[in-house]
Amino acid sequence: MMIAMLNEAWTAMWANRLRTILTMLGMVIGVSAVIIMQAVGLGAQQQVQESIESMGSNLFIVLSGAPTSGGGVRMGSGATPTLTANDAEAIAELSTVAGAAPSVSDAAQVIYGARNWSTQVMGTTPSYFTVRNWTLDEGTPFSDSDVRSATRVALLGKTVVDNLFGDENPVGKTIRIKNSPYIVLGVLSAKGQSLNGRDQDDTVLVPITTAQRKLLGSQFAGTVRMIMVQAASAEAMPAAEKSINELLRQRHRIREGAESDFNVRNLTAMANTAAETTAVMSLMLGIIASISLLVGGIGIMNIMLVSVTERTREIGIRMAIGARDRDILLQFLLEAIIISIIGCLIGVILGIGGALAAQAMADINVVITLGSILLAFTVATAVGIFFGWYPARQAAKLRPIDALRFQ
Amino acid sequence: MEAAPTDGQQGNSSPVIRIQHLYKEYISAAGVMPVLHDLSAQIMHGEFVAIMGASGSGKSTLMNILGCLDSATSGTYLLNGRDVNTMDRDTLAHLRNDLIGFVFQGFNLLPRASLVDNVALPLVYSKVARDERVARAEEMLHKVGLTKYRDSRPSQISGGQQQRVAIARALINRPKLLLADEPTGNLDSHTGHEIMDLFSELNKRDGITIALITHEAEVAAYAHRLVRLADGRVVYDGVPEAHLPTQAQQKI
Repeated sequence: MMIAMLNEAWTAMWANRLRTILTMLGMVIGVSAVIIMQAVGLGAQQQVQESIESMGSNLFIVLSGAPTSGGGVRMGSGATPTLTANDAEAIAELSTVAGAAPSVSDAAQVIYGARNWSTQVMGTTPSYFTVRNWTLDEGTPFSDSDVRSATRVALLGKTVVDNLFGDENPVGKTIRIKNSPYIVLGVLSAKGQSLNGRDQDDTVLVPITTAQRKLLGSQFAGTVRMIMVQAASAEAMPAAEKSINELLRQRHRIREGAESDFNVRNLTAMANTAAETTAVMSLMLGIIASISLLVGGIGIMNIMLVSVTERTREIGIRMAIGARDRDILLQFLLEAIIISIIGCLIGVILGIGGALAAQAMADINVVITLGSILLAFTVATAVGIFFGWYPARQAAKLRPIDALRFQ
Repeated sequence: MEAAPTDGQQGNSSPVIRIQHLYKEYISAAGVMPVLHDLSAQIMHGEFVAIMGASGSGKSTLMNILGCLDSATSGTYLLNGRDVNTMDRDTLAHLRNDLIGFVFQGFNLLPRASLVDNVALPLVYSKVARDERVARAEEMLHKVGLTKYRDSRPSQISGGQQQRVAIARALINRPKLLLADEPTGNLDSHTGHEIMDLFSELNKRDGITIALITHEAEVAAYAHRLVRLADGRVVYDGVPEAHLPTQAQQKI
């Protein structure tokens, strides 16, 4: 019975090849759009997630300068260094804070042998590794004693290693930064791009004291550019932000009501905002793609209605020789479902192909999951049944005599 | 089967078809159009009845009602003793599939299906397995002498051959009742006689009850009984004119 029905559906579809293919095309476009959009959306979300993880969790940065704009001429945050390494130590002792790492940084030329590379040199303390959740691929990190005695040691990011050393092992080698020699202690593990697209591996870390005294000669000696603070937990973040503010206002002797000369930013909240933005974006993409799937479904309904009208006499003949309502219903429903499933299969293949092509050509990160394919499949079949039902029902409800007399 | 009063007709004593006070009206823009007017009749098992009448006399409407394709406005129709008016659509479909074979003037074959598939189609709806469907369809095609065209499309054979295919299809489920609406209407007289010979044989040998519509006296002469309709009423019910000793029309 079922085989006979499938056969008939196939015969009918084959008799109207062009129309069948055009109808299918609606499904194909809808499904491939869903797959591509989901792949791109998930890819973006994954990228943001990776960036957030590479940044470290529950982070604040404390920058010099006031948080908001008042009247008169203002300087951007960080323009006047007001923070010190001692501020960082004091923050680290707060109960809501897991660690605090002060840092200074500047661009510098780094030389090894005949090669040189312009990169960002950052002075910091060993807390930085825990706060940023940063490990070493090779070698050892510098220690607190290195910071105390301002030794000339350096840790290199992956990009710097690639450009200066190639395949050579950099650990123990001597590089030159601003004409002073530094011994390479280790290589930092790769972190990839940050949320704002900067290459986080294009960096050289040195002890903060070394940077302050020997490298970045500042007119404000002993100051730091920013302090990176990790809260004890996600729940402790609001409390941590409050106590950092209170502590620093007290240390900087800022009177009640006066503006702060520093500014605490919640990096994790910003990252979460970015994650939410991408989630909303991928939802939007999904909705747009679903609309094309819906349009494809309406196309199926349209063609099935035409098909029912065209084949009214055939329906009459079938009824006259004993087809029941449900036989007729099934016959037309089956056609709609076959069209959607075949369209969906082609759509899945094209969608995966399109997503991979986008990845290869436009360098867009895409993620194709079995889930999204199954979803597309389920939705396509549901669309077939939903939009095939009405025309099939119309056919099945015909009175035999009316169907037979139809011209 | 229900016992029914016998009216002394030839053949079996119980009626296959019994209609009582049948009315049929069509509602159109021009108003209510009565087609059948208080029609009562019965057809016994094994009878071969020809129905004649001018265009608009209601004979096709009657045939469609008898074939369960259409329903009467009022009155009762007992098919094999069961009241058709009380049946649901599925039961009616089952009757059309199983009990009734219907032959149309325009053949009504499926243009895209092969002859063997056309003949086998009723079996699809009575859930017969594919192998048996094909075997029985081939047997029926053999009976009507069209075995060698089994894979042809209806458009590739002549009208007479198409009508034979339609008859084979009507008979494949071994119906008790064969209804035909002007089966020779689209055929030349020679082919028409061939079809009528086939009907006679089916009636005589297999005992199938046959009712057919025609407007040709020659065709009606094959039947054992003639019913003449005019304006939705029976105006003659008896032996076909050709069987009468004189040309004089018998009046009721």
